[in-house]
Amino acid sequence: MSKRGERTKKNSRSADVIDEGGRVTGYYAEGEPIRDTKAPEGPIEDRWEKRKFGAKLVNPANKRKLHVIVVGTGLAGGSAAATLGELGYNVTSFCYQDSPRRAHSIAAQGGINAAKNYRGDGDSIYRLFYDTVKGGDFRARESNVYRLAQVSVNIIDQAVAQGVPFAREYGGLLDTRSFGGAQVSRTFYARGQTGQQLLLGAYQALERQIAAGTVKMNTRHEMLELIVSDGRARGVIVRDMVTGEIERHTADAVVLATGGYGNVFFLSTNAKGCNTTAIWRAHRRGAMFANPCYTQIHPTCIPVSGDYQSKLTLMSESLRNDGRVWVPLKAGDDRPVAEIPEDERDYYLERIYPAFGNLVPRDIASRAAKNVCDEGRGVGPGGLGVYLDFADAIRRLGRDAVEKKYGNLFEMYERITGEDPYTQPMRIYPAVHYTMGGLWVDYDLQSTIPGLFVVGEANFSDHGANRLGASALMQGLADGYFVLPTTIGDYLANGPYGEVDEEAAAEAETAVRTKIEKLLSVNGTRTADSYHRELGRIMWDYCGMERTEESLRKALERIPELREEFWQNVKVSGQAEELNQALERAGRVADFFDLAELMCVDALHRTESCGGHFRAESQDADGEALRDDENFAYVAAWEYGEQGPILHKEALDYEYVKMSQRSYK
Amino acid sequence: MNLTLKVWRQNGPQDKGRMVTYRVEDVSPDMSFLEMLDVLNERLILEGDDPIAFDHDCREGICGMCGMVINGVAHGEQVATTTCQLHMRHFEDNAVITIEPWRAAPFPVVKDLVVDRSAFDRIIQAGGFISVPAGSAPDAHSVPVKKVDADAAFDAATCIGCGACVAACPNGSASLFTAAKITHLSLLPQGQPERDSRAKAMVEQMDAEGFGGCTNTGECTAVCPKGIPLDTIAQMNRDYLRSSK
Ligand SMILES: Cc1cc2nc3c(=O)[nH]c(=O)nc-3n(C[C@H](O)[C@H](O)[C@H](O)COP(=O)(O)OP(=O)(O)OC[C@H]3O[C@@H](n4cnc5c(N)ncnc54)[C@H](O)[C@@H]3O)c2cc1C
Ligand code: SF4
Ligand code: FES
Repeated sequence: MSKRGERTKKNSRSADVIDEGGRVTGYYAEGEPIRDTKAPEGPIEDRWEKRKFGAKLVNPANKRKLHVIVVGTGLAGGSAAATLGELGYNVTSFCYQDSPRRAHSIAAQGGINAAKNYRGDGDSIYRLFYDTVKGGDFRARESNVYRLAQVSVNIIDQAVAQGVPFAREYGGLLDTRSFGGAQVSRTFYARGQTGQQLLLGAYQALERQIAAGTVKMNTRHEMLELIVSDGRARGVIVRDMVTGEIERHTADAVVLATGGYGNVFFLSTNAKGCNTTAIWRAHRRGAMFANPCYTQIHPTCIPVSGDYQSKLTLMSESLRNDGRVWVPLKAGDDRPVAEIPEDERDYYLERIYPAFGNLVPRDIASRAAKNVCDEGRGVGPGGLGVYLDFADAIRRLGRDAVEKKYGNLFEMYERITGEDPYTQPMRIYPAVHYTMGGLWVDYDLQSTIPGLFVVGEANFSDHGANRLGASALMQGLADGYFVLPTTIGDYLANGPYGEVDEEAAAEAETAVRTKIEKLLSVNGTRTADSYHRELGRIMWDYCGMERTEESLRKALERIPELREEFWQNVKVSGQAEELNQALERAGRVADFFDLAELMCVDALHRTESCGGHFRAESQDADGEALRDDENFAYVAAWEYGEQGPILHKEALDYEYVKMSQRSYK
Repeated sequence: MNLTLKVWRQNGPQDKGRMVTYRVEDVSPDMSFLEMLDVLNERLILEGDDPIAFDHDCREGICGMCGMVINGVAHGEQVATTTCQLHMRHFEDNAVITIEPWRAAPFPVVKDLVVDRSAFDRIIQAGGFISVPAGSAPDAHSVPVKKVDADAAFDAATCIGCGACVAACPNGSASLFTAAKITHLSLLPQGQPERDSRAKAMVEQMDAEGFGGCTNTGECTAVCPKGIPLDTIAQMNRDYLRSSK
């Protein structure tokens, strides 16, 4: 499928290929469109049934002989490895932390969606499907999203049976809450720790399989290369992070469940170790990367406090239910809050969006905050913050009621900032939170490399250009517990796939060793982290909440320069054959550089605005994101090319949900 | 602010290890403890030295990866706080701070402040689960669970597996960690079928890993960042006794 595309002028509509002088500037070339996603035909409700029935089965006696590598132990990878083990496959699993339980899924707070309709409030599989397609701003596949909604109900059953202590009502039944982008109450939760509890459920299932001998777990192992032999994904090269040993692991199929790449921005709500290395290496070896520029920026995070800042902390969105967002009316007004009279405050969300007020969707709230700060009206250090004020809520409901509802969040805020949100407004600012883009997969979750499957945040599949709250947990577990175990069986039924080509494996191994030696030998004058920070700054300024042709071109100039400097001047101390955290970081930063470039090319080529991707040139009279369905209703799948990326378009058809423009006024 | 750090440095499990003193200047009170160490590490790298190895990931108190003994207290003196949630504003200017790894025989030092906590995973492997293969679960509402039980199970289930309880215990006991999981699962109807075998297997694994016994000193719960209560250990003991009847 991934025929090398010729560098063409075909895409002359977008300014990125042809510059003002009519010359090809050559950021990318266009190849063949992707015509088949392997989704079955027929009524949407029957497609998954049809696929399941059509999937070849593996004789139970043969399963033991079929070997699957699963990289990542978050909700997606943990549930996949456990389930494949239960089915009797021979599984090898990897994660970079010291225990599979520490994957970043653990940090998810809010909840998980499912179309259970336990409240009888009009929810249904169809409605969850509808909300997700619409919330994704019509850039996700209908077939996939419908399946996700169908499977969502089984996830809750599975989790409850495993002992996940979801919130309950006095009658003993499960409690739910409502979340952004939906008018029904379908979000199941376990206080502010839903991700933790779901992950522990998957982790315990995984540990059970480890004890049963079906899964072999390798913690503190980082995947650094993919082995592709005879056109199939057949293994990985990993580094034992304790001894530094480079190991070769081969199998009949490889599953990547390595999470999102938000850390390309350096500052994000992701864990420090989150990286793109696994999927980027797979991309380099032939897996297409879809919609890399789709990034979700969360409006309610604690602002940056200084240059040393190492990560950002999310404050649950639920705070916007009672908090009022405002900034001073006048630019540069640095009076303390108490001295700013009511009529000199601008409750800008309530002013611009009277219907939804403080509850507009994430992308809109984020952009509005950026705009007021750009006008010089931001508060706190560097003017990069807006107030989230609970004074009214405390007056109206009383301090106790507010404490009951938000106590743990207020405490978390105080811990980090040293300020008391009961007596002064919180300061919040948007931060990078989630990446909708990822490796391209078909309906079976198989990438463009046969035998390479991708699940969870690492793939691009179900959220289109914007993910709804509480839908990532749903997708990770749908992929891992229910979809992958069926679809990978179809692939494995034709296995085992025999010996792995020695030359291919050796070549991958050499690539890893060469890169490590290179990083250790530069011996320059700047740390990898300092480069990462600078790269993140470029991405945030030029490819962040708002993107323009000019900013993206600037980024595409700066990134290669900085990468060049990195490879000439980075300093990594220590040795290869030991626990070396400086080396780990440098390796990840090197891959972030390459990914950053592709993100900017993707953002530049997509001259429309959609979901989390806001091109300033494409907005309506009110400053809202304006889609261009005629030209951009497709998935942008990028193939790696030595001369630059090659774009393959997968057209998106909407048979069920009518395309419409979002409005929250 | 300016600080003097006395940090445990140890090259590997075989190395004897020693305290090394570092001076860190211009520390902002808004920095987190780990950010302060990041700044020091950046300097060490540029000087060609080995940065201080320490475990961390989420940096928001939930993954359980971080953990250091700070001035003699696991995760530092602030209550209900992981190391990553500790901020420098709680330290005095010119303070001398000692930083050491968890110390317990079943948690061997890997390097500097990094220890091997895989024993915890093996305790879970022994029985810290409910056996329910994917796809075999009944409808979630088929078994109602009393709210008080669900809430209590949740409280026990919030353990992040950091190991501070072991580091703080004079006996190096893993009772609080093990009891938290046993309590979580035995409070729920779904956990009943395997209740006896679970307690037995997990307690035996805990002993086999070389963790000490519980003598009720309560040091564990005092340092536990999630406030897992001591009475979970009573629950564990009850379940264990039940299983050996
Ligand atoms: C603060 C926060 C709050 C959130 N809240 C919610 C919420 O309320 N609801 C919701 O639906 N979603 C939420 N999300 C999003 C959601 O948590 C994630 O999208 C989801 O958990 C990702 O799961 P995953 O299994 O794909 O990846 P992860 O959980 O990130 O797991 C990645 C795994 O891959 C491994 N790995 C990565 N790279 C390598 C490598 N190179 N080699 C070896 N192993 C590797 C890691 O060790 C880890 O085991 C939140 C996200 C954040 C950051
Ligand atoms: S019981 Fe507390 S101290 Fe012990 S591992 Fe769990 S969270 Fe950490
Ligand atoms: S780094 Fe995750 S709990 Fe401290």
